[in-house]
Amino acid sequence: MTKQDFLTRLGERLSGLPEQDALERVNFYGEMIDDRMEDGLSEEEAVTEIGNIDEVVSQILADYPLAKLVKENIKPRRKLKTWEIVVLAAGSPIWLSLLIAALAVALSLYIVLWALVLVIWAIDLLLAAGVLCGVAAAVACFSQGLTSEGLASTGLGFFCAGLAIFLFFGCLAATKGSARLTKKIILGIKNLIIKRRERNE
Amino acid sequence: MDAQLKRGLLDVCVLAAIKDEDSYGYKMIKDMKPYVVLSESTLYTILKRLEASEMLTVRAAEHNGRLRKYYRITEAGLKRIEDFKRDWAELMAVYQFVIRGDGDD
Repeated sequence: MTKQDFLTRLGERLSGLPEQDALERVNFYGEMIDDRMEDGLSEEEAVTEIGNIDEVVSQILADYPLAKLVKENIKPRRKLKTWEIVVLAAGSPIWLSLLIAALAVALSLYIVLWALVLVIWAIDLLLAAGVLCGVAAAVACFSQGLTSEGLASTGLGFFCAGLAIFLFFGCLAATKGSARLTKKIILGIKNLIIKRRERNE
Repeated sequence: MDAQLKRGLLDVCVLAAIKDEDSYGYKMIKDMKPYVVLSESTLYTILKRLEASEMLTVRAAEHNGRLRKYYRITEAGLKRIEDFKRDWAELMAVYQFVIRGDGDD
């Protein structure tokens, strides 16, 4: 790929960013390619070293604030025609409610995910409380001379402790997994915003 | 490595790359390469962050008939490096405590 091809494609892919930001990044990569060529690399080699365009765009998007991206893309590129405004306004009871419903469903699913994580943490906490209860009950039973009941309580305490420790690692993994998923979802949303913008142009 | 820790480390690495003289993007990546490999987009983000926090300044100068951006460290940037060195000395002391006795058995 030539330097010009690379920069043109990068510019197209970044068209969802504010113009100034996109331009600055394209210039930055242009400078990087020029400097590599000055260092003795061929144009082709210099572009290859910069990396695959999808990866470059993903990395840029990952670092780019979502709020800024939404703000930039929420306003229409051109002035809407009168009839378009009329259709949008007349149809709003339908499309607006559908849009809100879809967003609400997506948000609920996301909240459910974290709720599940919270639930397993709560279970783990209960198990830990079970250990304390087991120990307290065992002490009480032994002091009253109820040996078999005391042994049963001790056993129960140990059982809870084992399960609590085991589940703790599960909780950690679930929390980390959910955090990773959140990152992926945000990147997906950013990609969606950028792609939609590309289609419109 | 922990993401937050890595972020702080890379900030200081970039500052160190312009500590003695002004530099430009590609040269910084090359200078850092033996120690830490940085992608263009990561470097861009770091430079923007350091510029926003006034640890470096940017100027565009002509080079071979094109514009190239040069980065210069500020007083705040130099202080950041000094802070890092001090923190690191403390951290190394903790590290020595953590690994003590590891080689004995």
